[in-house]
Amino acid sequence: MRHDGATLIACASVRARAFVLVTAAALAVFALLLIAAGKNPVRAYADTLVYVFGNTYGFTELVVRMIPLMLTAVAAALPARIGLINVGAEGQLYMGACLATAGALAFSDQPAFILLPLLTVCGFVGGGAWALIAAALRALRLVNETISTLLLNYIAPLIVSYFIFGPWRSPETASYPQSPLFADAARLPTFFHSRVHFGLVYALAALVLYWFVLARTWIGLDMRAIGGNPEAARRLGIPIGRFILVVMFVAGGVAGLAGMAEVTAIQGRLVSEISPGYGFIGFLVSWLAGTSAGGIVIMSFLFALISSVGDVLQITQGLPYAVVNILMAVILFVVLGRRTVGSGPR
Amino acid sequence: MMNTALIVGLISGAILSGTSLLYATLGEIFGERSGIVNLGLEGIMLIGAASGFAATALTGSPYLGIIAAAFAGTAANLIFAYVVISRNANQLAAGLSLMFFGIGLSTLIGQPFVGSLITGLPRLALPDFEAASIGARILSYDLLVYLAVPVAIAAWWLLFRTRWGLQLRTVGESPAAAFAAGAQPWRLQYQALAIAGALGGIAGAHMSIALTLTWADGMTAGRGFIAIALVIFAKWNPLWAIAGALLFGAAEGLQLQLQAAGADVSPFIMNMTPYLLTLAVLILWGWRRQFAAPAALGRNFAGVE
Amino acid sequence: MPCPRLSFAGSMSMAGETPLLAARGIVKRFGPVLANDVAQFDLHGGEVLALLGENGAGKSTLAKILYGYYAPDAGEIFVDGKPAAIVSPRDARALGIGMVFQNFTLVPALSVFDNVALFQKNLPTVVPRTKILDRMRHYADRFHLAIDPWMPARQLAVGDQQKVEILKQLVAGARVLILDEPTKVLAPQESDGLFRTIAELRAEGLGIVLITHKLREVLACADRIMVMRQGRVAGLLDRGEAKEEDLLTLMFGETPTRPASLLEANRHDRGQVVLELTGVSTAGNDGSMPLHNAGLTLRSGEVVGIAGVSGNGQRELCDLILGLHHPQKGTKFLWGEDASRWPIAKLREAGIAAIPEDPFASACVAGLTVRQNLALGTGERYRRGFAVDWSRLDADMSKSFARLSFPRPNFDIHAATLSGGNLQRVVLARELASLPRMIVALYPTRGLDARSTLMVRSLLRDMRDRGAAVLLVSEDLDELFEVSDRILVMFRGAITATFRPEDFRAETIGPFMVGAVEQADAA
Repeated sequence: MRHDGATLIACASVRARAFVLVTAAALAVFALLLIAAGKNPVRAYADTLVYVFGNTYGFTELVVRMIPLMLTAVAAALPARIGLINVGAEGQLYMGACLATAGALAFSDQPAFILLPLLTVCGFVGGGAWALIAAALRALRLVNETISTLLLNYIAPLIVSYFIFGPWRSPETASYPQSPLFADAARLPTFFHSRVHFGLVYALAALVLYWFVLARTWIGLDMRAIGGNPEAARRLGIPIGRFILVVMFVAGGVAGLAGMAEVTAIQGRLVSEISPGYGFIGFLVSWLAGTSAGGIVIMSFLFALISSVGDVLQITQGLPYAVVNILMAVILFVVLGRRTVGSGPR
Repeated sequence: MMNTALIVGLISGAILSGTSLLYATLGEIFGERSGIVNLGLEGIMLIGAASGFAATALTGSPYLGIIAAAFAGTAANLIFAYVVISRNANQLAAGLSLMFFGIGLSTLIGQPFVGSLITGLPRLALPDFEAASIGARILSYDLLVYLAVPVAIAAWWLLFRTRWGLQLRTVGESPAAAFAAGAQPWRLQYQALAIAGALGGIAGAHMSIALTLTWADGMTAGRGFIAIALVIFAKWNPLWAIAGALLFGAAEGLQLQLQAAGADVSPFIMNMTPYLLTLAVLILWGWRRQFAAPAALGRNFAGVE
Repeated sequence: MPCPRLSFAGSMSMAGETPLLAARGIVKRFGPVLANDVAQFDLHGGEVLALLGENGAGKSTLAKILYGYYAPDAGEIFVDGKPAAIVSPRDARALGIGMVFQNFTLVPALSVFDNVALFQKNLPTVVPRTKILDRMRHYADRFHLAIDPWMPARQLAVGDQQKVEILKQLVAGARVLILDEPTKVLAPQESDGLFRTIAELRAEGLGIVLITHKLREVLACADRIMVMRQGRVAGLLDRGEAKEEDLLTLMFGETPTRPASLLEANRHDRGQVVLELTGVSTAGNDGSMPLHNAGLTLRSGEVVGIAGVSGNGQRELCDLILGLHHPQKGTKFLWGEDASRWPIAKLREAGIAAIPEDPFASACVAGLTVRQNLALGTGERYRRGFAVDWSRLDADMSKSFARLSFPRPNFDIHAATLSGGNLQRVVLARELASLPRMIVALYPTRGLDARSTLMVRSLLRDMRDRGAAVLLVSEDLDELFEVSDRILVMFRGAITATFRPEDFRAETIGPFMVGAVEQADAA
């Protein structure tokens, strides 16, 4: 369907208003829960606004959170376009971090301009190879990719734990299981005297490439054909198996970049808790965004903002960070509940 | 003697960890038989574990804790039910949302009780055995363990011998056909998800009230997802779920036993066993087995003309 | 037993009785289209009433109104002479009216027993297994409907599925049975069984409505024949007074004429061998018919028709030629090369086009635009680096539409908005744009209106005249006779006979299609 500019803007503003309402409703529900827990929601929300928009630190922290969300959202959106459901970005992120760490520890004597591209490749390959397991099982028609990626999510962190409790355990901090600190050359550069790191470039590049391939190339057209009607695509000679393998590898690779960036830029070493569920949230971001590249940016921002609420709750109200998951879930429930108006039961 | 102890420990470990898996699996079977896949089972279990633990700590009665867990699980699952049944939401996205909801809510509920101690669900010894005998050690469990297999059989009977079960299975295959046969797909799905929520809550509560006797954030550690895998393993049949839960429970039990026996196996490699086992089984069965899934699984029923 | 024990009265003696099921003044419109305008419909117990008419004559619509599936815009329905409010199939079933649809409504994963039980009204809370099983056995014995009750419906052969459909209606207490084109999916032997069952049901006093467009069936088993045309009743005849020509005239309004150019089109010089299959066998999977030692030769400039009752391996043959699966034994040669394992893309590149039976299912993506659909499967032809050369594609495809004398559709609309016939044109324009050297057409006119059907047939002839090799699979012998230069018969996965135009007669080819004549004299 065609829209002229005015209708488009009108539509967008209606949708924006609806979204603001949704968010407000969710904030209200969450506030009630906080009151029930004996906390002060108004102060929490006000603190969050001050924290995020009151100074550069809070805002840059928000951008730092957006980076893995955007990457894992692309990791979910890309396979979604050929009808695959990749709920495994979490595991792919861990494996990207794991292989990047292997690279960082093995080649620590290399200069940054060699080491960083190498680690990027490591992160990409780590995540990609992990996704390739699920892709191969799917392409061989053995196991449905939803289930296999879900299961692989739980295996990957255990592999990370195995290494940091075992071979990679840092001798200096023996009490706490983690790898040794990476060499400076292995640290991804950061910008603006903040923790915003080069991963932002990866994320934006991934989004632009994702948009470009889908909208402008024959590869994208073939992908949309597979997603729209796999039977017809197969009959028209589109090599579906190859697409499954390549698309999942690239998607896993993008998620792996998120893990690589987390360890090389944020942590500086491999730890067991790299991600508070970025992979799962990324899936939801991609879903809420309808797999559109622009939507992914907006939704990543929203979810990063929500996680800032979690930080504030932790700092000022003494609540565990995980409590903020409620707010996120409530927003999702409200959006999910609004999505398909008019198709409910009669 | 060492060997006997090992075997006894293994069997009782299998039964103990298998019990909570079995309840969760049975719940998910009800949901999936009605055509709804619930990835939020992990969240339901966490809510059950936290609210059951809290109720036990507050009232001193583990049985009240179990009941509270069942209600909490049902209530949380009904949110999910509303979103996917009445609002036609994407089941995977709604399920993951439910998982996050459970992670958050259980943290909130459990926070005041971190470090609390409770008297757990008492073990009921069978009178015929002497307290110290091996038989007593194998065969003295809490009420939920004894009820697990009867509940599974009851679930099988409900699904395969009653009108309700017949209609529910039809809804999972073809909501339109069920509607044509006079069933009300939405009502059946709500009922199935209510049962699933109660069973998922009980499954979580069994872990906190009968096994660990403490509350820890995220204590279910992915068992909800193992249960989802077990549903496939059990071919959506409650009786097969008994065998599957025991097998998976044994995998967990073996790992604890080996660790206790000081075997030099990394606990992380051992922890992978249930997931690897599920994956291996799925690969062995191959793709075709998955077509035994309810045909309408994951799809939304938009009504008939 | 709910089955009424009426007398063994013949159909003629009941003229004065109250009809079991009657309708007066039924009118039904779908938008501007008049689907039904039926002044009077009567069905008595113990009779078989045939509803005869060509596709779209309104037979099924009338039946679905009687079964409560559609609500009529006007009109009344009477059961046992009393006005009946039938607004849903459930109401109809409660009144003892059952219908067996063309597409069966069994739930594939459930067992036969479950399917029957599900269908019963007022099923008790705990399913009464013995009672239902007893009744199933009772009816199965009496009407030749025996089926293993624990078999999942999806594992049943089509004929057995139909038996279950009838059985479940009987167990539910049906006194009226509406059968919608029941023989369409059946092999001839199975049809005989069905007619035996129908005769037995009739003798038990049930009223049976048989919807069909096959004259032979009507004349074989109906007591009265109601001919429909364009939604109206064109005539109501007793079987005794009905003659084939009269029925044809009533059905079509006039005697149908055949295209003039029939005979000369069949004479053609044959060119080089394009496709050769030698001793090809495949493994059957998921209930498909495996190919068994199939051999055929296809030359450029000829149309080879494949005749056969559908489900005898035609689809598998086409899929094998198109590279969707590979032969397990034997070889597929294309232009003299072993092409058994060529990937689909290479086959298309080599100039093989496929015309499918259902463009929505197997040749188009509904969510893409017409233009995007036209670009699918064109291989490297319109690629420019990573981009698609849309302007060249537009030009070529517009040319193709013009060459086929189709109106050029708006390339920007979504394929989902096109009708089946128009979408088939899009597929034809795409597949024939680069003048393929070989065309595989599988039931290409199924579901098309009469005009599109003629268009597709003449197109296949044109492509043959341009030197393409054409393989045409069809169930319609007239279509095969009209287009083919040679006809092969497929039966149970093997090619059992070859016929030249001088032998193009239904009575010659028919026996091979049902396996009545063995392979021996096929040479």
